[in-house]
Amino acid sequence: MTWLGAFSQLLEIVLALLLAPLLGGWINQWRAWLQNRSAPGLLQPYRTLHKLFNKESVLAEHASPLFRGAPYIVFGCMALACAIVPTLSTDLPLSPAADAIALVGLLGVARVFISLAAMDVGTSFGTLGARREMLIGFLAEPALLMVLFSASLISNSTSLTTIVETLAHRELAIYPSLAFAGVAFTMVSLAENARVPVDNPATHLELTMIHEALILEYSGRHLALLEWAASLKLFAYSCIGLALFFPWGVAEAQAPLALLLAMPALVLKLAIGGALLALLETLSAKMRIFRAPEFLATAFLLAVIGMLVHILVRP
Amino acid sequence: MRQLPLISTGVFLDPTSWVHLDWILLVVAAWLLIGVAGVFALHRLALVARVLFPAGGAFGLLLFGVALSAILSSPEVAVLPFGLPGLPFHFRLDSLSAFFLMIIGGVAAGVSAFAAGYFRKGEGTPPGLLALEYHIFLASMVLVVLADDAYAFMVMWETMALSSFFLVTANHRIAEIQRAGYLYLLIAHVGALGILLCFGILQADTGDYTFANMRSQEILPDRASIAFLLALFGFGAKAGIVPLHVWLPEAHPAAPSPVSALMSGVMLKTAIYGLLRIIFDLLGTPVWWWSLVLLAFGLATALFGVVFAAVQVDMKRLLAYSSIENIGLLFTGIGLAVLFSTQGMPVMAALALTAVLYHVASHAFFKGLLFIGTGAVLHATLERNLGKLGGLIRSMPWVAWAMLIGVLASAGLPPFGGFVSEWLLLQSFLFSPDLPSSFLNMLIPVVAALIALVAALAGYTMVKFFGVIFLGQPREEKLAQAHDAGRWERAGMAWLVAGCIALGLFPVQFIALIDPVTQLLVGSGLAKTVGSSGWLLAPVAIERASYGPAIFLLGVAASFALAFLLVRLFYHGRVRRAAPWDCGFPWQNARMQDTAEGFGQPIRQIFEPFFRWERELPTAFDAEPRYRVSVTDPFWHWLYLPLAAAVERLARLIGLLQQGRIAVYLLYSFVTLITVLLVVEL
Repeated sequence: MTWLGAFSQLLEIVLALLLAPLLGGWINQWRAWLQNRSAPGLLQPYRTLHKLFNKESVLAEHASPLFRGAPYIVFGCMALACAIVPTLSTDLPLSPAADAIALVGLLGVARVFISLAAMDVGTSFGTLGARREMLIGFLAEPALLMVLFSASLISNSTSLTTIVETLAHRELAIYPSLAFAGVAFTMVSLAENARVPVDNPATHLELTMIHEALILEYSGRHLALLEWAASLKLFAYSCIGLALFFPWGVAEAQAPLALLLAMPALVLKLAIGGALLALLETLSAKMRIFRAPEFLATAFLLAVIGMLVHILVRP
Repeated sequence: MRQLPLISTGVFLDPTSWVHLDWILLVVAAWLLIGVAGVFALHRLALVARVLFPAGGAFGLLLFGVALSAILSSPEVAVLPFGLPGLPFHFRLDSLSAFFLMIIGGVAAGVSAFAAGYFRKGEGTPPGLLALEYHIFLASMVLVVLADDAYAFMVMWETMALSSFFLVTANHRIAEIQRAGYLYLLIAHVGALGILLCFGILQADTGDYTFANMRSQEILPDRASIAFLLALFGFGAKAGIVPLHVWLPEAHPAAPSPVSALMSGVMLKTAIYGLLRIIFDLLGTPVWWWSLVLLAFGLATALFGVVFAAVQVDMKRLLAYSSIENIGLLFTGIGLAVLFSTQGMPVMAALALTAVLYHVASHAFFKGLLFIGTGAVLHATLERNLGKLGGLIRSMPWVAWAMLIGVLASAGLPPFGGFVSEWLLLQSFLFSPDLPSSFLNMLIPVVAALIALVAALAGYTMVKFFGVIFLGQPREEKLAQAHDAGRWERAGMAWLVAGCIALGLFPVQFIALIDPVTQLLVGSGLAKTVGSSGWLLAPVAIERASYGPAIFLLGVAASFALAFLLVRLFYHGRVRRAAPWDCGFPWQNARMQDTAEGFGQPIRQIFEPFFRWERELPTAFDAEPRYRVSVTDPFWHWLYLPLAAAVERLARLIGLLQQGRIAVYLLYSFVTLITVLLVVEL
């Protein structure tokens, strides 16, 4: 472990924690513009977080310690996920601790804990949300894994840093498998981040909500942590997508200058990605919940086909 | 070779000169003695519970320790003059058997401690007799794994089946349990026939049934394939491979919980042991298409098991189906190991086999834990139906938190044991695209995708299992008075929890430990590559894949702690308790929560063709509306019921012979005699 490595690791975590709410604000602004509404300020998510942290937390009378601990666990999982995805640099000391499979496992831990917490109070909406979240999860998780495997097959490694380094150096090589994987990944990340065709982050309409139903009983700092964790999740997913499909500009080991260049590259890529996400959300309508499994099964199959294509066209 | 390790030549008196095998036979003898003591204390519950079961657990711990050190030492053999004259029992302790002995000892220690607090009066079989059956069951499993000739193996295999049959039918006055026991015994014996025939082929007309002889025989590939299929059938029946799984969801709920824990955690693994022993050790060189058979059956079993687990409403039946799923994953891993070893890739075979052995260990611990946990819930609430449980984390916090660890391990989540084995299995898929045949290459991603789907569904099932039992509001009034587990029960659960955590956090050390086993079976191991990277698990090379559970856990824990402290530092830690919000709906009650059926509903919808379900919906004008849905195993209707009908028809045809008149029977004898004479003459 080098000092530079430790520094870029720290920089990446801090940057993720700080930028994640901003990304949410940016997407909301674009959504509002595209829908001809006047947008809230770019810093609105920070104000919301500050407000929630200041409020006292109201717990249900019979909530168990699991309910109180879950926001911290979910937040911790998401922070670690942001730390191991190489966004700024591939010289990350924490990265060998978890490869692509462990990253999916990490997201799985967060999902299981938030679902269990939603069942803890025992309200009808909480359990409904938990069931739906697990339903989305059991299809999205293998699909995400298959997307990552498509990239692993190219780089012959499940280590995220090796994947990024290999993909960044594919001079003019075309991988048809990545096209399938890219479509599948977009679908999975829409579902996993509670975005429009599957879920709507701006609704509290009982019959359709998934993510909002999960966190319905939370308030105060617990809610703030969960909101922050959700924005970290979106940030992590965006970074995975950028790392797999647009890996240019990521600093490789031992180059402080590249690290300086990597930051504006990341911000630029995220800004474009966020605007595209808002456009995608504006252009599509929300599906019925019963259609979501079909949507995700398609993503899963696309990712598997991507892997098969990779093996077929391999020289 | 030492002929009589314990009795002869004064070795008996001098424990310092004992080898591992002596100590293990001592444990077996001690378990048998404890069992016999139980017969003399048939109804003295205090003695049985406070002395016999804890003593059995202590010997389990001893077995665990001895087997742990035996994995790394060289094979030991012994011949004991039991059984028929001229047919002594051969025993052999090598690293494969030592590995399984470690599992048996480790799980038995926890389960026996739990059993000390579990068995009560007035539950069918008296406690002393249960102690006898229980300890014979343990001893026979140890001897199955040690057996070095077909005769000893079959005797011990049948003892294991019989003793567990009596344990399953402990509450033998209930008709449902009688039926479950009968089904179990039937399938166990049909399976045993397969194993017996397999040994018949393996001895290659020499008449020598020792494993040493079978190892030295070169069998023709055709005969070897028949032997393999027979072994797959025989051990598959014991392990619960589709379509021979039907006994599992009947027998596991019927048995007392410590027995279910042993059956699911350990006994199913003896079938895995037998399969590994026969494929890699006795048969010599496997044929490549065996791997396809194993993969097909393994995947079908895994998917079938997990889909059915997700829709169960009985907590022990749910766990039984989850065991079927895990057995399917194990068979898939074995199939992969066979595939690699026949394609000349010993390192990859070792990786797949390591995944199998790792999963054997972690499944033994987490499933043992989950089953005894359901025992604690069952005792506290007298309820097995998920629809009548709920909210137990508040009245039974000990059991709930221990079960949470088991549930997370079972769902294959990091940083617990279940994740490591899944990780290794997926790695062995990913590093395989160098197979010579393009057909096999195409197969690999599809299989990996199915494994990932099964793992994710296991997560769904486990959230349902834990959430419906322990979280939410109690669905029945009486649940508020449920009492937590007692001291012995807690000790047993704590030991198994420790096993789940240790397996999750120390994969490098554990893989180094099981290295001799893979060396023995496929001639290669991972210890060298894995050991070089210290705390990081990197089976091939660190830039190809790595996983560091300790750093992983530390990362999550550190961000947990930092978030906790910083929130309190910059803001506050105030909390107010109030009624649940639930979108402002004030008339909440416990019946408005999702039921177990409700939680399984999406799975029922998505995997509809898997199930046979019957549904009764009330019409709008019903005075007493009743809603009923039942999901049954399709294999009953497709396979078992037609089979039973065919057997019955055949029996009726044979029944025609039975006339009930002496004259007719004499005629039969006469005709038989004439025919025999004629045959002899010709």
